[in-house]
Amino acid sequence: MSGSFEHPDVVLCPGGPMLLRGQHTVEDPAGVAHETTRPVTAVCRCHKSSSLPWCDGTHKLLPERLRPT
Amino acid sequence: MQIPQPRGPLTDELFGTLRAGSDDFYPVLAAGATDGEDAALALWVLHELHYRGFDEVRDDLEWDPQLVRLRGALERDLEQRLRERFTPPVGLSFVEDFFDWVAEQDGASVAAHVQRDADREQVLELLRSRSIYHLKESDPTAWVVPRLGVRAKAALMELLYDEYGGGDPNRLHHHLFAQGLRASGLAASYGAHIDEVPLEVLEQNNAMSHFGLHRRLRGAALGHLAAFEATSSMPSRRMVQGLERLGFPDEMVAYYAEHVEADAVHEQLAVRTICGGLLAEEPGLEEDLWFGAFTCLDLEDRFARTILQRWGVGEDRKEEVA
Repeated sequence: MSGSFEHPDVVLCPGGPMLLRGQHTVEDPAGVAHETTRPVTAVCRCHKSSSLPWCDGTHKLLPERLRPT
Repeated sequence: MQIPQPRGPLTDELFGTLRAGSDDFYPVLAAGATDGEDAALALWVLHELHYRGFDEVRDDLEWDPQLVRLRGALERDLEQRLRERFTPPVGLSFVEDFFDWVAEQDGASVAAHVQRDADREQVLELLRSRSIYHLKESDPTAWVVPRLGVRAKAALMELLYDEYGGGDPNRLHHHLFAQGLRASGLAASYGAHIDEVPLEVLEQNNAMSHFGLHRRLRGAALGHLAAFEATSSMPSRRMVQGLERLGFPDEMVAYYAEHVEADAVHEQLAVRTICGGLLAEEPGLEEDLWFGAFTCLDLEDRFARTILQRWGVGEDRKEEVA
């Protein structure tokens, strides 16, 4: 096995959220700052989450054309 | 934890011998189980010797050769039953197609009933059934860590670190569930409700322990994890709404609220980095990933059907996604 691996800080999941590794502050559209609290955080990209700005899995209920690319 | 009440001749003989402090288990090996519950409870107790043990049982019996032999026989029966129900998907990629495959499984949903219609007694019964796993949440998967290559191991630890509270005992998930149980007026000690849970709950727990305890089944263990995480966020949201509707305490609501957001992360990590990492290192394990994932959904569907039927709820109660 090679000596180094890809380990990005930001991962855009096809059809799903953006994963953020580490501690960050995310500002929502209303200008409110939200601190991340876990090692990896999923940020909503479909804008339908009930826990904005965080992902709650709602993208899975959307038709494929409405999911984030 | 106390040894449970026996449910047949095998558990009767096994529990009596365990309590007596003897290490002569030949009469137990000869006893045999008369039905599924007897066998499943015996296996559950034998698995528990590897977790926290029992107050009345000698700790060194965890590795007693006769008990390990009995455990092996019960596990072979369990795995054979689980494999007979499984058909590997054809032409699907685990990493690319997993979420769509889960969405197509369409199992019965207890959470949807809790969200809208369940009464308080039904929810208390559900919480007692869930306590068998939730009070040792993630522990079966933790056994898999030393059996993995670099990528999958690092990825699994990234997820487990969150499950175990990121170093903060107040955020450790099975501690959160214990607090929720206590606040709801239920016993919260480990295994407290084992005597009342149905066969399906024993089988769910036995399957997870079986996958976790056998290096051979590391793929099934991680596939199970992926399916568990991928069917958690939205049902947890429904649980939050149902618990709030029925006026359950904040601690119980908080447990499920934590899983809405945590498992929206964990499902991505489980599929992409953990199972994806495993496949990069051991591509021959893809069918085992599917076997573990199917088993997770199948056992939850069987549990949901059993409990909903007993509550007189029709089978039209489906989750929109898993």
